[in-house]
Amino acid sequence: MPTFEPVLLRNVGVKDSHTLAVYRERGGYRGLDKALALSPAQVVDAVKASGLRGRGGAGFPTGVKWTFLPKDHPGPIYMCINADESEPGTFNNRILMEEDPHQVLEGMIIGCYATRATTAYLYIRYEYGHSYRRLQAAIDELYAAGMLGRNVCGKDGFHLDIYLHRGAGAYICGEETGLIESLEGKRAWPRIKPPFPAIEGAFRKPTVVNNIETMACVTHILNLGVEWFKSMGIPADPKNPRDAGSFGPKLYCVSGHVNKPGCYEAPLGLTVRQLIDDFAGGVWKGRKAKGCIPGGLSMGFLTEAEFDCKLDFADPGKYRCLGLGTAAVIVFDDQTPIVDVLYNSCRFFSHESCGQCTPCREGTSWMTKILARIRRGEGELSDLEVLGDVERGIGLTPGTTICGLADGAAWPVKNALQKFRPELEDWIRNKRTSVDVLAALGGH
Amino acid sequence: MPMLSPALRERIQALFPRYPNKQAVTLPALHMVQDELRCVPAEAIREIAELLELHPAQVHDTLSFYGFFRDPDRKLGQHRVWVCRSLPCMLRGGEELLAHLCGKLHLRPGETSTDGKVTLEFAECLGACEGAPCLLVNDDCHLSVTPQQAEEMIAGLGS
Ligand SMILES: Cc1cc2nc3c(=O)[nH]c(=O)nc-3n(C[C@H](O)[C@H](O)[C@H](O)COP(=O)(O)O)c2cc1C
Ligand code: SF4
Ligand code: FES
Repeated sequence: MPTFEPVLLRNVGVKDSHTLAVYRERGGYRGLDKALALSPAQVVDAVKASGLRGRGGAGFPTGVKWTFLPKDHPGPIYMCINADESEPGTFNNRILMEEDPHQVLEGMIIGCYATRATTAYLYIRYEYGHSYRRLQAAIDELYAAGMLGRNVCGKDGFHLDIYLHRGAGAYICGEETGLIESLEGKRAWPRIKPPFPAIEGAFRKPTVVNNIETMACVTHILNLGVEWFKSMGIPADPKNPRDAGSFGPKLYCVSGHVNKPGCYEAPLGLTVRQLIDDFAGGVWKGRKAKGCIPGGLSMGFLTEAEFDCKLDFADPGKYRCLGLGTAAVIVFDDQTPIVDVLYNSCRFFSHESCGQCTPCREGTSWMTKILARIRRGEGELSDLEVLGDVERGIGLTPGTTICGLADGAAWPVKNALQKFRPELEDWIRNKRTSVDVLAALGGH
Repeated sequence: MPMLSPALRERIQALFPRYPNKQAVTLPALHMVQDELRCVPAEAIREIAELLELHPAQVHDTLSFYGFFRDPDRKLGQHRVWVCRSLPCMLRGGEELLAHLCGKLHLRPGETSTDGKVTLEFAECLGACEGAPCLLVNDDCHLSVTPQQAEEMIAGLGS
């Protein structure tokens, strides 16, 4: 096991780590103290200088996003923290909220100070009941300690309220403008952008949207410093002006066919192979992996031969994956039919499409139907061409849909056609079948 | 006789100061109503709309978007059990777990047992994939459950 000392997970497993007393005893809220000694602009500069990129999937530089807020806005400015965490394979936000809610709240308070937001909504998926209760208890402690409400921590004029807002079981509420619509009490239909939330977000006011893990990183950037953060990870490729680098620690989730599924912390840039072998105890049952999904279901596939791919913001793209996503690796062994994996993926996106863009609504549903047919041994080779046509026609990349869900639906299909085509063709030619245990059940 | 009790109305109204407008209280209100009534009847929609100064169609529109809320002919049982079917759980027996429970309880996903005790549903990723296969009982997640454990857990649910 590598010698790296966890920072984001340092309190996990410590008794009563979720309480203010234990969090403080272990050095908590020093980042906030340091932030409050600076001006808001200086805090934004520190986060910008750290190179922190959003951990929610898109990887946008956090400090830069904060500078998009209009200057001298009369307010209110809102912060929306995204704890909808529904990307299959991803569970690091849950662990942070359950085990160390104050670490997240500290980052939020710092972020609100920096951006002059006076109300923060933490949008949390309904299924996270335990996280919800832990966070609410932690927020209650902060109000009682004078660390939320008026004049936070005695800082004149810094007022902040944090409210939890529970979702109702829809993946699309994780898309930032879907989240905002849902918060406003409407159906979670993502908005056409621009305007981006920084200009016109929640309740039509400037709004910062950030992920839970991003906020946890902010806490440590303020406490341990920009240099500390930048000492980890992979610097930008000087030959690529669009590469913003991959700095800091990352929570990697690994699930599926490994011996020790779990959430592990390491500097950005760990390879898939290191994650599986050094942290997750290798592939289960002494088998070999066939491949994996590198960053939550939306990101596509890597074959076993590609496991030296680095899990940073730049490398997965070089392997034709959509990106790093949430860095949640889902491993499947060499006995898993790729058709089954692909069917599960398409069924997910078809179920979760919000339905407002026809190419996404219809495309995800067609792909699911075609794959169900192939699974039953009733596919034709021409089905693969149809899948390719559908996949290429949906998403932000071809510009036919409003949000990135459709790209996430397309990518596993795209990569499977590129990387597992011989297996798919062989399956169809030989009319191989696999059982859909749920199809027989019916129901909703 | 209004459908929403005075206490429930008070709890809904207590959230108004949190948001710049009342419409934002739609989801919290729907949750409170369904927790209490196990569904959201049309009359409750009208009363929520009145409280939030909305048209009932607006509340209904939001409600119907989220598969989470039920109307009275699909009223929830006392406990709602969700079994995850997404990829990490599927790879470790999640679908078999769901199929097993459907068989034992004689229910299809989405249905409620005749004694009104459990509603069985499938879920997409519950965010607990390190404990695949997993299931959620109301809003408590149980990790790495075998079909037998799940059966016992459901049998042990109080009424
Ligand atoms: C379909 C879809 C689902 C998403 N789900 C989440 C999510 O569950 N959590 C999250 O933080 N970001 C999610 N995102 C990304 C958000 O839109 C947004 O980029 C992110 O919350 C910004 O925070 P960050 O910059 O701190 O990462 C999703 C995006 C899409 C297109
Ligand atoms: S791409 Fe799909 S999920 Fe996104 S807004 Fe369009 S229909 Fe909805
Ligand atoms: S796939 Fe079941 S909890 Fe994530």
